Amino acid sequence: MLNIQDLRAGIEEMEILRGIILQIRPGEVHAIMGPNGSGKSTLASVLAGRSDFEVTGGSVEFMGKNLLEMSPEDRAREGLFLAFQYPVEIPGVSTTNFIKTAVNEVRKHRGEEPLDAVAFLKLMKERMKLVQIDQSLLSRSLNEGFSGGEKKRNEIFQMAMLEPKLAILDETDSGLDIDALRIVANGVNQCRGKDNAFLIVTHYQRLLEYIEPDYVHILYKGRIVRSGTKELALELEEKGYDFIKTELETADQAQQ
Amino acid sequence: MSQTIIDKITEQQSNLPGREGFLAEFTDRSMAEFRRLGIPAVKHEEWRYTRVSGLFRLEMGFGTGTSVTAADIDAHRLPDHEEATELVFIDGRFAPALSNIRHNEKELVVMPLSDAATGEHADKIRAHLGHSAAYHPDGIQALNAAFAGIGLFVMVRKGFATEKPIYIYCIADSRTGYVFAQPRTLFLVEAATQVMVAEHYVTLGSGESFTNEVFELCAEQDAVVEYVKIQDEGPMASHVGTTHVRQTGRCLTNAVTISLSGRMVRNNLNMVMEVEHGESHMHGLSLLNGETLVDNHTIVDNMQPHCQSNELYKAVLDEASTGVFNGKIFVRKDAQKTNAYQSNKNILIGEKASANTKPQLEIFADDVKCSHGCTVGRLDEEAMFYLRARGLGEASARALLLHAFAADILDRIGHEPLRRYVDRLVSQRLAYDIHNGQ
Ligand SMILES: Nc1ncnc2c1ncn2[C@@H]1O[C@H](COP(=O)(O)OP(=O)(O)OP(=O)(O)O)[C@@H](O)[C@H]1O
Ligand SMILES: [Mg+2]
Repeated sequence: MLNIQDLRAGIEEMEILRGIILQIRPGEVHAIMGPNGSGKSTLASVLAGRSDFEVTGGSVEFMGKNLLEMSPEDRAREGLFLAFQYPVEIPGVSTTNFIKTAVNEVRKHRGEEPLDAVAFLKLMKERMKLVQIDQSLLSRSLNEGFSGGEKKRNEIFQMAMLEPKLAILDETDSGLDIDALRIVANGVNQCRGKDNAFLIVTHYQRLLEYIEPDYVHILYKGRIVRSGTKELALELEEKGYDFIKTELETADQAQQ
Repeated sequence: MSQTIIDKITEQQSNLPGREGFLAEFTDRSMAEFRRLGIPAVKHEEWRYTRVSGLFRLEMGFGTGTSVTAADIDAHRLPDHEEATELVFIDGRFAPALSNIRHNEKELVVMPLSDAATGEHADKIRAHLGHSAAYHPDGIQALNAAFAGIGLFVMVRKGFATEKPIYIYCIADSRTGYVFAQPRTLFLVEAATQVMVAEHYVTLGSGESFTNEVFELCAEQDAVVEYVKIQDEGPMASHVGTTHVRQTGRCLTNAVTISLSGRMVRNNLNMVMEVEHGESHMHGLSLLNGETLVDNHTIVDNMQPHCQSNELYKAVLDEASTGVFNGKIFVRKDAQKTNAYQSNKNILIGEKASANTKPQLEIFADDVKCSHGCTVGRLDEEAMFYLRARGLGEASARALLLHAFAADILDRIGHEPLRRYVDRLVSQRLAYDIHNGQ
């Protein structure tokens, strides 16, 4: 579904992603962990098509197509979804109207009829239950004045509405209280299926207790330096990133 | 300006109605002022951006006021007009035959200024006509005043509240040549009334036109006045308009100015707060493209204590358009406890678009709260990316954000059908611009 080969990207002179290699197959859940500033959000942004970053090398194939050639909206319409680490507040744009527009854009792209008001409301009611989001929140302006947790919940709600093939969650667990974390994780688990996949960026093993990943990757200085199963997350939790750093340095020295 | 043009204007003026009594005296005095002051030149600080002198050319005609039929107006009627009083100006002349007065005489007085000036309302006209001149002592205002003989008098009678709006259509007919129109209205709102008045400026044909209008409104004790000006003239239209509002009793006035098109548009809005505890709201939206210039000049004159005014002007500037905002707030010595807020926000879309903004606060009282602010920016890139990352195309994401930007102003139109009407104009325009941009 997603095939990233030697992806390099950066901003101006600075290279942030320095050769990412990653394959995700339908039905899989991958977690990416790594210290602050290692490039996790950059990877998510590059995949979603943020133009601030310049791709300087490598390739990304998504559902058999060259992802890097597509506009952000076409990526979304093809089934890629990014839950933002910092969702943007947009005053004056009603959350419900916006989601309706987005859902219908995706449907149009797939050659489906737009949902009428009744069908849309029905779908919305159903998915609202999934993430236990309140109607009053959705009648407000998009993310405006939402608490940190409400914003994250709104991201997952949008994901549930759009039914993406690949959902990238960038630290959706940060800033959530225990109950919200469980609700968000539950939302993700209900959306899990054999045809769709997840890439979950997180700092905490806690989320992975609720959403069991198939693979865990450690991103460090723009490269995936270790991949493993969920036990890797446990090991990290225990030892911190130092053991990775030490290992890498030793390896570097051995090479020289 | 050449002598021939002045002679042409003078001749036209001397043949207008209202050649007796106070009105004759007023218009002749104004004509003399016009000849003395001339047309404001670019070096005139108040007219730096709005270059009107080039509009005075020999081929300008005054129209006959008879070229337009009711059917011509139909495309420009405002919502639920069948229920409203509709007052029509053609080429600056009040046209009773095309107007529909749907309020009764106990509620509303409507008559040509020239009749009102000699009849039972003569005193009122003496008291109010020309009050705006002190705020804009320039030749162009004087020129409009000189033509007051073809103007309109409206009075909303005491104690009368209505849901039915009063619509004023100012139509310039450019189909047979360059037309110069000078509508003038004196609009009195007596005590304890509630009224909604909207002015709609449009052009027939796509030829050149120049509208120089003055709308003077006076609101008495406990009046609630909603005023909406919709400027949606042709691409070759120039427009200088002054809306002058006096609060002569404690009351509430709400003014919304919408500018959508034309070549060069100047909107003056004066808010004269003569009585304690007055409240006024002034909102404006300019949605511009091409090489359109819209220049909003506002004045709030706080004369007495405890008045509140709130001002927000927004502009979306596409292509090579220019937005100008100049906001004056005067707080006189006695006007303690004044609250006056002013804000101007601009979004530049076009590479060649520009925004010029200048607050001017002159405060002579010491216990006041006044603030002003201005922003000039591009469309929020973060917001654009967020919307696009959810599948919205660039064009619809942009339209959604711009519409949201405009919504603050549209929401200020209290009359729901009119709000929806303007909203539709705005939405169409945003879609059109975007269509152009693709
Ligand atoms: N727009 C930008 N301009 C300049 N530098 C940037 C920009 N975006 C990211 N960077 C830099 O790239 C590096 C990687 O940032 P990124 O946000 O991808 O890290 P992260 O792994 O998501 O960190 P965190 O765990 O703190 O969210 C950092 O050093 C950051 O400062
Ligand atoms: Mg990050």
